[in-house]
Amino acid sequence: MTTSIDDNKASRDAVLARVRKALGRTGSAEQARAAAGAYIAAKAQGPRPAMPSDIVTRFLQRATDMASTVERVGSLAEVPGAVARYLDALVLPPALAAQKSHEGVCWPELAQLDWAGAGLALEARPTVGHDRLGVTGCYCAIAETGTLVFLSGADTPTATTLLPDTHVAVVRADRVVSGMEEAFALIRQERGALPRAVNMISGPSRTGDIEQTIVLGAHGPYRVHILLVG
Amino acid sequence: MQVASMHFKERASERLNDEVLRANLGKIKGKFVANRKRSLSELDDFEATRDAGRAIRQRALDDLDVWLESFEASATARGAKVLFAQTPAEINKLVLDIAARHGVRKIIKSKSMVSEESALDHAIEGAGLTVVETDLGEYILQINDYEPPSHIIGPALHKTKEEVAELFHRKHGTPKKDVIEDLCLEARGVLREHYLTADMGISGGNFFVAETGSVVLVTNEGNATLTTTLPKVHVAISGIEKIVPTLEDVATLMRLLPRSATGQSISNYVDILTGPRGAGEFHGVDHMYFIVVDSGRSEVLGSEVREALRCIRCGACMNHCPVYQNIGGHSYGWVYPGPIGSILTPMYVGLENALDLPQASTMCNQCGVVCPVRIPLPDLQRKLREREFAEDLRPWYERAAVRLWAWAACRPALYALGTRIGVRVLRTLAGPDGMIHRLPLFGAGWTTGRDMPAPAGRTFRELYAKRGGTSR
Repeated sequence: MTTSIDDNKASRDAVLARVRKALGRTGSAEQARAAAGAYIAAKAQGPRPAMPSDIVTRFLQRATDMASTVERVGSLAEVPGAVARYLDALVLPPALAAQKSHEGVCWPELAQLDWAGAGLALEARPTVGHDRLGVTGCYCAIAETGTLVFLSGADTPTATTLLPDTHVAVVRADRVVSGMEEAFALIRQERGALPRAVNMISGPSRTGDIEQTIVLGAHGPYRVHILLVG
Repeated sequence: MQVASMHFKERASERLNDEVLRANLGKIKGKFVANRKRSLSELDDFEATRDAGRAIRQRALDDLDVWLESFEASATARGAKVLFAQTPAEINKLVLDIAARHGVRKIIKSKSMVSEESALDHAIEGAGLTVVETDLGEYILQINDYEPPSHIIGPALHKTKEEVAELFHRKHGTPKKDVIEDLCLEARGVLREHYLTADMGISGGNFFVAETGSVVLVTNEGNATLTTTLPKVHVAISGIEKIVPTLEDVATLMRLLPRSATGQSISNYVDILTGPRGAGEFHGVDHMYFIVVDSGRSEVLGSEVREALRCIRCGACMNHCPVYQNIGGHSYGWVYPGPIGSILTPMYVGLENALDLPQASTMCNQCGVVCPVRIPLPDLQRKLREREFAEDLRPWYERAAVRLWAWAACRPALYALGTRIGVRVLRTLAGPDGMIHRLPLFGAGWTTGRDMPAPAGRTFRELYAKRGGTSR
């Protein structure tokens, strides 16, 4: 059945015509189109705050400011032990005690780590909603704001960063970049185009909607723990 | 949404007597305002960043037709469908047709102010479908029989935790909680089930990126991310003016938006979404739609208040406004409160339906000083006041008073005499404390709620002449 979705051209043309009239555009917009194309190609940046030379330390500081917790480990092999230690050390109120679970999911790229040896039961599958623990890698991390950057893909299921109560992200030190601009440049250089989702996450899910009082764990994770490797 | 902006004065007076509301509004200064100031110091050059933000938004507006076409081409190339809505009714029609096309029964929604303009939730429920707001503030308002939002980023900040506790107890049938954390936990549980069972997600759009055909969504709760990740259909709704050219422009604006809004260096979740699911992906939507809304915006673009379209909806103007701080958002009577609402509401619903809003200002320019994209808000309010006068929309006594003043001001000798008499008469009305407690005649209303300081001595013109200035 043909509906307004298929037959939107009249509205489209009417809106664009009204915009052109409002702008006083008469005749061709070719010059403006060429200028817009050139502006996109130039990728000009705005003013940037100065960054220290040690951006990894800066990333860890800012991530902590955003209420993530951080630990630095020497190699990927140390990650399962570090996750177990982190969970054991969690002190939770009685209402949230069940969240201290050692069971959950991880991204396929982390499947080969010795989770069982650290007393963890992690399945390498996308989460379907009620997993307590989610362990992921990350595409890159932003020092300016302590932000983790995730790209959607077959081996990087998006919701693993969102649905579990506890999110542990493994970040390689050589993937820390200065700002959002460098993250975009990296995506263009390595992937060519944006994936379906670029999710930039800075600390646990939070709300201030009741009396402007900040509460963590609004919908997504109550806690984000960052393991920086290298 | 129903327009109640003609009742601004009555609504504002009621709110001024609401002690609970004023206590809640009083918290804005300690939180949003104080945090903004602290977080701006992290930018080495805030003023230069503001200039850049202004230029990005103005560039998009100056060639908006070209940027809209560019966005449409990029988004279409990535498999999304771009639809245009001329009116609020058309937004609702498109959403319902999309829902019907994909056999949708339940819709989850993250915050969209544009969908408030069209009362989309009512249209969805009218069609027999379920819709659930997921932003905690919006959810609270939805289950309170669609109470209107009072702030664009903290829609329920007028409510106390006791009111929310009572509401949850009544609507969820659960024991009454008295701690904010427990209330949030309860809402989380209710909403989690909705996320996992919804067929379609509706979001707003903080920005539409022309370069990539993406929508940018900014939240702290992560509700927009869940809303656009778990269901099989995503509809992003925003205004035609929300286009920005490049990802670099997004980076610059994201240095301004969270800091100006809540005073955070960055919002917890920033999503850039482009097209439907890729090959082999488990999460993500199968169908992505954009609804790009005009609904009065092209008229603003061609008007004397076009600069208002630069707005990035941070809410700093209302957080810093002495009028908003005292009466809250409901007094403004429509979707957008505060200084920016005083411009957008009359433009979108008709100046004749919102006569008081351009007057709802002390002209102190706090809003203009904090606006991250340098919208000259008091100037724009003044332009709407001029338009009200030119279109004979002001009351007869106000127009008569202005004409009388203009007549006198053109006759300097008469004006000087009048003011000299006026000042002396006013002084005789003053009490021993130098204050006038009751003005006579037309001034009586002014002194019902406050005193007026009596003139201290002679008129300005008399003092000026005495100091050797020339007076005609």
